[in-house]
Amino acid sequence: MMKTAMTRNRAFAALFSLGAMFAVFATAVPTQAVAAGSNFPLQRAPVNLQDAVSLQRGAQLFVNYCMGCHSANYMRFNRLTDLGLTEEQIKEYLLFGTDKVGSPMTIAMRPADAAEWMGKAPPDMTVIARSKRPNYIYTLLKSYYVDESRALGWNNLAYPNIGMPHPLWQLQGAPQLKVEEKQSHGHAVQVKSIVAGEPGLMTAVEYDRAVGDLVNYLVYMGEPWKVKSTRIGIIVMFFLSILLVFVYLLKLEFWRDIKH
Amino acid sequence: MSRIVAAGQGLVDWVDERFPLVSTWKYHMSEYYAPKNFNFWYYFGSLAMIVLVLQIVTGIFLTMNYKPDALTAFGSVEYIMRDVSGGWFIRYMHSTGASMFFVVVYLHMMRALLYGSYRKPRELLWIFGCMIYLALMAEAFMGYLLPWGQMSYWGAQVIVNLFSSVPFIGPELSVWIRGDFLVSDATLNRFFALHVIALPLVLVGLVFLHLVALHEVGSNNPDGIEIKKNKDPVTGKPVDGIPFFPYYIVKDLIGIVVFFMVFFAILFFGPEMGGYFLEYNNFLPADPLQTPAHIAPVWYFTPFYAMLRAVPAMFGSQFAGVAVMGAGVIILFFLPWLDRSPVKSIRYKGPIFRSALAIFVVSFLVLGYLGVATTDVWGKMPEILPIIGGIEVATIVSRVLTIAYFAFFLAMPWYSRIDKCKPEPERLT
Repeated sequence: MMKTAMTRNRAFAALFSLGAMFAVFATAVPTQAVAAGSNFPLQRAPVNLQDAVSLQRGAQLFVNYCMGCHSANYMRFNRLTDLGLTEEQIKEYLLFGTDKVGSPMTIAMRPADAAEWMGKAPPDMTVIARSKRPNYIYTLLKSYYVDESRALGWNNLAYPNIGMPHPLWQLQGAPQLKVEEKQSHGHAVQVKSIVAGEPGLMTAVEYDRAVGDLVNYLVYMGEPWKVKSTRIGIIVMFFLSILLVFVYLLKLEFWRDIKH
Repeated sequence: MSRIVAAGQGLVDWVDERFPLVSTWKYHMSEYYAPKNFNFWYYFGSLAMIVLVLQIVTGIFLTMNYKPDALTAFGSVEYIMRDVSGGWFIRYMHSTGASMFFVVVYLHMMRALLYGSYRKPRELLWIFGCMIYLALMAEAFMGYLLPWGQMSYWGAQVIVNLFSSVPFIGPELSVWIRGDFLVSDATLNRFFALHVIALPLVLVGLVFLHLVALHEVGSNNPDGIEIKKNKDPVTGKPVDGIPFFPYYIVKDLIGIVVFFMVFFAILFFGPEMGGYFLEYNNFLPADPLQTPAHIAPVWYFTPFYAMLRAVPAMFGSQFAGVAVMGAGVIILFFLPWLDRSPVKSIRYKGPIFRSALAIFVVSFLVLGYLGVATTDVWGKMPEILPIIGGIEVATIVSRVLTIAYFAFFLAMPWYSRIDKCKPEPERLT
């Protein structure tokens, strides 16, 4: 009699905790898909922090195409040795002017001047992939199109009326907007997409790869210790699992003399 | 060998003549008798202590490099993450620890609700616990401003603005808290002072009182009966009690290792926890000129934030919502006197109390979800409906759940008395 009551209580407690955990996870999942600022469907950025060659290409793109306006004030050039570059290579390919290899990736334009010239200073890029998320940046850089109505001639599907002109136009060329009327559930809807226009230095496939490399680099720059931390994490998990076995055996040994 | 033992004994005797070393050890450890039937829910007290120590130690190391200055705070955190040796590890321990502190404290409080640990003679123990929870909320809120990201800034702005809805003194009160007319360098400086010294002192003091009260009355257990009522006539020790040392020390070690497996899995593999432990927007530096589209507090405050949003403005003031939110926390203090059930533990309580508790837990969790979500997350009620037509579904659900949350407490004196309870056993099962 006592036994069944106890089992029932256990079952109640177990169900209760399971239910609570389920509720937490069920509510936790949906918000993760929320994009930064727009309802435009996001494309998946090919992030792979183990791919040193991609990261090196991304670093070069970042230095050549982004650092005109965007700083990475909290990132030091010589940290790029993480990516397999030597200090000599960093000096030769990535440093401009008087920068030292140990200095942070600052830019010459002062934020106050930039704000005066452009209305708003271009944000620092060090942790931009952590706030805006990789898929958004990847989609953004692939959603530019020529729009003569805008002051600088560029608009963006993922970020309508964006202030920044297409930073990689030399590579991609001048993509055009394509608007199609489609029937969906009995309504006529406009479907906007980007189509190739005047070609740039890269083919579409090469451009996709370049944007992927750049985003990959931005993700790396946001958390340069990530690969290392994952590796340490696996070791820590292994150690704790072993420790758990011994701690459990220790408890069993001590508790042998407790009568239930 | 025996000479070493004798020397050790001599040292202990020397100290004991000057300080109650052995008696303290016995009172709180080797002769503190705890019920032998503790289950899963009883791990979280010791885990909360572990996290408190972790937060203090990692906090000390963070202050060595953090700069409480609006111009350099954000950069100094990134400096810690990048240029300080092991800095990212220490910072992530602190940020993960903050959320995990609330996880273990919420589970610890849940245990008290399940087994009636707040009932006589443990009322003061419960009240010290509630005060710890309040202090912890203040500590977490002030700590969240320090990275000086967008969410730090605007979260603080929203919460401090709540005080300005207090009738008569509100506006002056919020200026007094901020030290400025908006959240600024002055606010950051004082929050830093409160976060690193004032509130930690309060917390440690309260934890001390919590433990003194616990060891005075003894631990409750899943059966909710007093083991002190059944003492061995010869030794005078509770028959169903076992010494805390070594039995529960070795048992808690299991809980600690499992906890660290969860803790470090988060820390090493996903310290943002999908944007819940570290909000994505907080990686943008604070910008007083740009309000984010969606401001949500960190997950552990969201049930109360949802209550705040659920209450409509009255007489052109949000004060009613603020009062409801505050009452949501304060009402916990009265729990020992609201529960009139003849038994303590959920094991012997009847179907009404069990259902009430289940509804309460669901309300708290769903309110927590609605607190992070935007109010239009579930769309709007159809316009045809009278009264509620056109109102956001989430707002209506939060209103219902806020009422359910309070009904759990306010109706408890009534439903806990009429509930069909089972008889408590004489001894632990």
